[in-house]
Amino acid sequence: MTIKGKAYIVGAYEHPTRKAPDKSVAQLHAESARGAILDAGLSKEDIDGYFCSSDAPGLGPLSMIDYMGLKVRHMDSTETGGSSYVVHVAHAAQAIALGKCNVALVTLAGRPRSEGSSGTQARNYGAGAPDVVFEFPYGMATANGYAMVARRHMHEFGTTSEQLAWIKVAASHHAQYNEHAMLRNVVTVEDVITSPMISDPLHRLDCCVVSDGGGAVIVAKPEIAKQLNRPLVKILGAGEAPKDQNGGKIDLTTCAAALSGTAAFAEAGVKPADIQYVSIYDSFTITVLMQLEDLGFCKKGEGGKFVADGNLISGSGKLPFNTDGGGLCNNHPANRGGMTKVIEAVRQLRGEAHPKVQVPNCALALAQGMGGNLGSRHGSATLIMERE
Amino acid sequence: MTTAEERTIASPPVNPENERYFQAAKEGVLLVGKCNDCSEYHFYPRLICPHCNSDRTDWVPAKGTGVIYSYSTMRRGVRVPYTIAYVTLDEGVSMMTNIIDCDPDSLKIGDKVKLVFKSAEDGTAIPMFTPAKG
Repeated sequence: MTIKGKAYIVGAYEHPTRKAPDKSVAQLHAESARGAILDAGLSKEDIDGYFCSSDAPGLGPLSMIDYMGLKVRHMDSTETGGSSYVVHVAHAAQAIALGKCNVALVTLAGRPRSEGSSGTQARNYGAGAPDVVFEFPYGMATANGYAMVARRHMHEFGTTSEQLAWIKVAASHHAQYNEHAMLRNVVTVEDVITSPMISDPLHRLDCCVVSDGGGAVIVAKPEIAKQLNRPLVKILGAGEAPKDQNGGKIDLTTCAAALSGTAAFAEAGVKPADIQYVSIYDSFTITVLMQLEDLGFCKKGEGGKFVADGNLISGSGKLPFNTDGGGLCNNHPANRGGMTKVIEAVRQLRGEAHPKVQVPNCALALAQGMGGNLGSRHGSATLIMERE
Repeated sequence: MTTAEERTIASPPVNPENERYFQAAKEGVLLVGKCNDCSEYHFYPRLICPHCNSDRTDWVPAKGTGVIYSYSTMRRGVRVPYTIAYVTLDEGVSMMTNIIDCDPDSLKIGDKVKLVFKSAEDGTAIPMFTPAKG
């Protein structure tokens, strides 16, 4: 059983807001859903499957299905942090392949900016989390977990802050063309490494933005996709994988993208060198570097050299990435970047990215999500799509 | 580095499974998990071995010495800067912790550290580490 060719992404919508103190989270979900339904040229009545994660308020899918007035026969609320929405697209394709639904809606929304969220706040996933007593007292936040990964990578492989900075530089080159991006100024390596140190070795400009907003995508079976007046974005393969502290045998040098990527490439029947555009989860610069290595775009330990000198900049670099500006410059709604990774990959495959960053004849793209924390436990998801 | 202001350490929401870990900490002992079937250590300690699924686990005292696997000092967005780390214990397992009573700029991966304890807000003893001399 494979999902290869069994489903298409027919609708994609990124909510234009980046700050929404006057909206509810449920409203942002519904506005995003409406945008994706209109983008696909479908109507709400066509939706018969619904996917969301823990950013959906209330009782997850039950509250949101009720609020939006959906009539569905399949639902899934898989939670793998920021990678959830990449997983949802794959699970939607599986459900469609099994005949559980024909048209699946996936939504994400949140207001961390209005609610004062920060990556320097210690994270507490609840008193019942088995790890909480062994981590919360130490001030395990988001930034310092990823910072420990960066520090170890520098120690093992000689990676430098200047090399990591190139990832932000590339994102900023793309964000200048995105009218909705939070940070539109083009920055230099010098700008990144002289920005304030947040949690060493990560500087402020190594970190993604905190934004309100949302997004939605619609996945449909081939017969329906082919009736719609939109470019065809076919799902070729997907993979998902967790990685954690392994009972104390901790290794911060590789991430679960090594497993999810291998599975996705195998199912799609393509290899990294075939991919023309990548959306790579970019909570921090180090997140991108780790995933590029573990997906096989370069050898382990050589990510620093690979990203340097503008290699990720569309038009001049070998591997254009995050052409919307990514989480580093554009948008990271709900502190979860998986949805926007899928959306920009769809734009590229449709030829609907900004002309300044559009990859010519983009026919094969990869969207990579990462959830949780690379410094403790995380979930990776990889999705490979093709323009038909 | 001693600062005039001490960081407030959040109290752990202790539960029936991990209560004795903090009971031992109060007596100056760091417990790690050890399996009587597969003989592997594990951390954080739990009652079912995460390596082999055996329920024949003991929580045994660690020597209290190890080396820094990785670390980072949070410098912004917090009232008092602090250093989080993974320390690889002599028993072979790594644990999340803080490195305290030191100049964070002098730390390196591989540095030897030794066990100390700090009190959380509610008085619970929290195992931490400080550079070991020599």
